[in-house]
Amino acid sequence: MMITANITQESGASLPLDGEVDTRHGPILYLEDVSVSFDGFRALNHLSLYIDDGELRCLIGPNGAGKTTLMDVITGKTRPDTGEVFFGQTIDLLKMDEPAIAQAGICRKFQKPSVFDALTVFENLELALKTDKRTWPTLFSKLNGEQCERIQEVMLLIGLAGLKNQLAGILSHGQKQWLEIGMLLMQEPKVMLVDEPIAGMTHQEVERTAELLLSLQGRHSIVVVEHDMEFVRSIARKVTVLHEGSVLTEGSMDEVQNDPRVIQVYLGG
Amino acid sequence: MNFLKQDKTYASVLMALAAVTLIIPFCNLITSADSPLHFSAYSVSLIGKYLCFALLGLSLDMVWGYAGILVLGQGAFFALGGYAMGMYLMRQIGTRGVYGNPELPDFMVFLNWSELPWYWYGFENFGFAMLMVFLAPGILAFVFGWLAFRSRVTGVYLSIITQALTYALLLAFFRNEMGFGGNNGLTDFKDILGFNIQSEAVRSMMLLLTGSSLIGALLLCRWIVGSKLGRVVTAIRDQESRVRFLGYRVELFKLWVFVFAAMLAGLAGALYVPQVGIINPSEFSPLNSLEIVIWVAVGGRGTLYGAIIGAVLVNYAKTVLTGLMPDAWLFCLGGAFILVTLLLPDGIVGLLHRRIKPNLTLNASGEQPA
Repeated sequence: MMITANITQESGASLPLDGEVDTRHGPILYLEDVSVSFDGFRALNHLSLYIDDGELRCLIGPNGAGKTTLMDVITGKTRPDTGEVFFGQTIDLLKMDEPAIAQAGICRKFQKPSVFDALTVFENLELALKTDKRTWPTLFSKLNGEQCERIQEVMLLIGLAGLKNQLAGILSHGQKQWLEIGMLLMQEPKVMLVDEPIAGMTHQEVERTAELLLSLQGRHSIVVVEHDMEFVRSIARKVTVLHEGSVLTEGSMDEVQNDPRVIQVYLGG
Repeated sequence: MNFLKQDKTYASVLMALAAVTLIIPFCNLITSADSPLHFSAYSVSLIGKYLCFALLGLSLDMVWGYAGILVLGQGAFFALGGYAMGMYLMRQIGTRGVYGNPELPDFMVFLNWSELPWYWYGFENFGFAMLMVFLAPGILAFVFGWLAFRSRVTGVYLSIITQALTYALLLAFFRNEMGFGGNNGLTDFKDILGFNIQSEAVRSMMLLLTGSSLIGALLLCRWIVGSKLGRVVTAIRDQESRVRFLGYRVELFKLWVFVFAAMLAGLAGALYVPQVGIINPSEFSPLNSLEIVIWVAVGGRGTLYGAIIGAVLVNYAKTVLTGLMPDAWLFCLGGAFILVTLLLPDGIVGLLHRRIKPNLTLNASGEQPA
């Protein structure tokens, strides 16, 4: 498969064989019949969702539809009451905790930009870098030339190369969003979960973000949660609409926007 | 050593420590007791004591200032290190005790014990005792931290259980049956490594050792803080859950720093005991651990040298004020804490830096490889 070949080439080092993500059947993420309740409130209700390897998928839905809870379930933050979540054919994500899932290659950008304010742009990216993340190796870690180049590359890509030694805390909201996307890229993920990437961005920044996400598809599987319909239209091939914790419909942006049930949910409520 | 050029305060604190560590023992070596350059045994031990407290403050700054874990029981690790050293010193007394028992310390003879409890074995050996200075606090911190961090106990709850930990140890060490001398603790030491512990040479030597340990610990801590592990720990302090999603096992990083700081506190305790000549359960008292927090807050949290400055200043004030008006000390301490919290959130160091450069950060970004 072209896509798999691309991933290995891009990331430089391939995972050990037993940790390899098996995507021979197409999907890289399987969620089947997942339900989550908080104090009686059903955040996810028998939700099933499949994300293909290399796909760029947009998730939309009104507030409370369960978009963020879905990301929490995939990344190990929330355990579902019932259902199955698999990464490829073989890796059961429900048996793993957050760091293990992140190391396996599922990375997440949060709704509220979460960068480390007391560290510089460079250091934020350095911490995200895919490498040995145990305590002792981290204590003695030194960046090699290749890793420095990689950080430099990502800084150029996200437009922060000139702010290398600035503290992340003084960046603008849009720049923080970009830095966090950069941190995702440093982790060389197979799956990127991107929660509201363009909140607080200027028009130009939004355009650049769309370009960036489009350029990444194929190499990474990307799931974008966004409210801005114009933005979703500009990047999405396939859109999934969530409503009250389950998938309402899936399809192209046009199909979805003309679906009477979607119109009902958004307008009629 | 780049940070010395970047941060003048670091350089000054290191110079001052080196000066105290070298000049005082040197003066006492070459001058006679009536010379004006001669430091009295009292002042040598007093300065040595301040330096032990500085080391203890430094250990708390690692865990509180950088990892964000407010430990209200750091004194427990200090006391355990002190007890390990005290046990060695007790075994050195030999037949010179009141009861002249070659094997058992006086308090055991007094309790009618016939043989040495198993946990006293090996403490006649200096190397073993030194190992225990690090291992006893280290193992306690490891077990406690493993349980607490793995269950994701954080914030105020963690602070309170560390306080409970030191209080529990206080009560336990008060009991005669524990075999650590009950409320009298361990005292009446004679020798250390065969030298008379009261002698001026040994006092000067202890000061030299304490000062060099403090300088070494400060450099080691600075290296750790400047390492990638230091940055991970800072990131955990500010956004713990985010670090998990980067693939770091947050609980293990916290545990690493917690155990390291506990061992450093143990070393401080071990250096303290020969200089003050006694270790008793009051070292476990929660109030002592709270005082350590105040030293660090007054000096300036998250700077390492701030903890040293704070520990020395507060303890000097304590020496002076408890001499002048003993009852007022706790009010002054509490007042200092409130003032610092309200007016100087970055402590004395923050005040110094605010005048030099407005944007003081925890890490020296210029040290990054290009």
